[in-house]
Amino acid sequence: MRLSAVVGLGTVFLATLAMAQGGKDQRRSGYQDMSPALQRMQDDDTANPAMLYVQAGEALWKQKAGASNKACVDCHDAGSMKGVAARYPAIPSGADKPVDLEGRINLCRTGQQKAAPFDAESEELLDLAAYVARQSRGMPIAPADDPRLASFRAHGEQLFKERQGQLNLSCANCHDDNAGKKLGGATIPQAHPTGYPIYRLEWQALGSLKRRLRNCLIGLRAEPYDYSSPEYVDLELYLMDRARGMTIDAPAVRP
Amino acid sequence: MMQPLPTRRAFVAGSLLVTVLPFVSAGATPDAMTAAIRDVVGEAQIRPGRVTLDIPPLVENGNAVPVTIRVESPMTEADHVRAIHVFNEKNPQPHVFNAWLGPRNGKAVVATRIKLADAQKVVAVAETSRGEFWSASADVIVTIAACTEDVK
Amino acid sequence: MANVLINAPKTVRKGETIELKALILHPMETGFRPGANGQLIPRNIIEQFTATWNGVEIFRMKMSPAVAANPYVSFFAVAKESGTIRFQWTGDRNFSAEGSVMVTVT
Repeated sequence: MRLSAVVGLGTVFLATLAMAQGGKDQRRSGYQDMSPALQRMQDDDTANPAMLYVQAGEALWKQKAGASNKACVDCHDAGSMKGVAARYPAIPSGADKPVDLEGRINLCRTGQQKAAPFDAESEELLDLAAYVARQSRGMPIAPADDPRLASFRAHGEQLFKERQGQLNLSCANCHDDNAGKKLGGATIPQAHPTGYPIYRLEWQALGSLKRRLRNCLIGLRAEPYDYSSPEYVDLELYLMDRARGMTIDAPAVRP
Repeated sequence: MMQPLPTRRAFVAGSLLVTVLPFVSAGATPDAMTAAIRDVVGEAQIRPGRVTLDIPPLVENGNAVPVTIRVESPMTEADHVRAIHVFNEKNPQPHVFNAWLGPRNGKAVVATRIKLADAQKVVAVAETSRGEFWSASADVIVTIAACTEDVK
Repeated sequence: MANVLINAPKTVRKGETIELKALILHPMETGFRPGANGQLIPRNIIEQFTATWNGVEIFRMKMSPAVAANPYVSFFAVAKESGTIRFQWTGDRNFSAEGSVMVTVT
C-alpha cells in the first residue's frame, strides 16, 4: 500500500510529492496549497517560526512542576512521543471520553504533576503540543483503533456537515464542496489537520486546531463552542479520520 | 492611488470574510516613500541595478512576507556594500528596515520577513563604500485572508 | 527569558562565508492596530538587532513596525577566527534579549 511507502520517505516534501504522483488520492494538505515561499518557510527548521515554540516546549518537558515536583521527562524520555500526535484524539486509559493532544497534556499536568492545567491556547500548552507534534513529523495520520471512538467521530462528522451560523453554511460546504476554489483571495483548503499546532501568519503566532475551528465558526457567524467543549474533540476525531494516512507536517506554517 | 478596500467582489464572494486590516488605513504614500528614500540617500543619484529584491509577487498573507536582498559586490575593504535600506509605498510608514554591512559579511545578502498592509511597491536601496546608490523595486499583490478572527 | 533560535554552522574552514540566522519571539506590535476595545494597541517593537563576532560588530539592523512578528534575520559573515557570535535585540519598553553561538574555525 502506498502509505508504507510514504512513511519510508521521511520528509513531508517527498511524501506529499509521492501522494500527488500516486494519482488516486485526491486529498491535498494545506502545505500543498501554499506558495513555494511559505513552503520554504515551513521546511527550514532554522527559519520556521513555530520552532521557537518547539524549543520552548523542549525546555518545558524537562521542567519540574506541581505538587509532585515531576517533569514530563521523569516519565517520558525526551523524544519518546513519536507517533502520539498522529493518533490523537484518543481515550486515555481509565477514561470513557476522548481527549485531544492538548487535553492529554493537561491530564498529565493535573493527574501526574498535580499542577493546575494550562489554559486553552496558553503559550505553555502550545509549546508542549508543538514539541510533541514535531516528533510525529513525516508519519502518517493513524487514528487510534478504538471502537469506542466511533460514536464521537460520528458526532464530529454530523457537526462538520450541519449548517450553522447566520450564513447557514456547514464546514463541508466550503471544505468538501468548494475546496480548491477561492474565497476572496485565499484558496479554500480541504481542511486536513496535518500540521497542528500551526504557525498561522494571520495570527502571527502558534495556535491549535481548536483555535482554527473557532475561526471557521466565527466566519460562519456561528457562536463558537467554548474551548472546553467536547464538540471540538469530536470534530478533530472526524477530521483526523478523514485525513487518515496523510503525512504529519507539524508544526506547520499556514497563511 | 489608494485602492478601495474591500472590493465589492471580495465582499460579496466572501461574506465569510471578516475584513480586519492589519493596519489602520493610510499614512505612507508613494510621495512619502520618495521622501524617506531622500532622507537616507540625500541628493545622490540612485541607479537601478546590482540589487536583486527577491519577494513573492503574490502573497497569501501580508503579515509575514519573506524578502531577500542580494547586492552584487566584491565586499572588499575598498569596495563593499555599506548598507541596505528597504522602503514601502503604502504601509503606515515608509521605512521597513536598514541593515549595515561591511567587508566582514563576505556577501551582501540580507533576508527577513516584512508586513505589507496592502498591495504595493517595495524598494531596496544599496549604499556602497564608494558612495554609490543602487536600487531595485518590486510590486507585491497582497490578498486578503479568508476567515480571520476577531482581535483577542 | 527571551526565546531566541540561532543557527550557525558549528565548524567552518577559515575564510569561508557562512550564513547566520536568528529568530526571536516578539509581537512587533505596530501601534497602528486597533484592539478589541477599538483603541490602538500601543507600539511594542524591536528597534535594533546587532551581531558581534568576538566583540567586533559584523551586522546591524534597524527595524520598523513593518518587520514581521517574531523577527527572522539572515545574513552572512566571513569566518576569520574561532569564537562567539553574539546577537542582541533591543526595543520598546526596554526590551533587551541576547543569544550566542560558538563557532570553531579550522
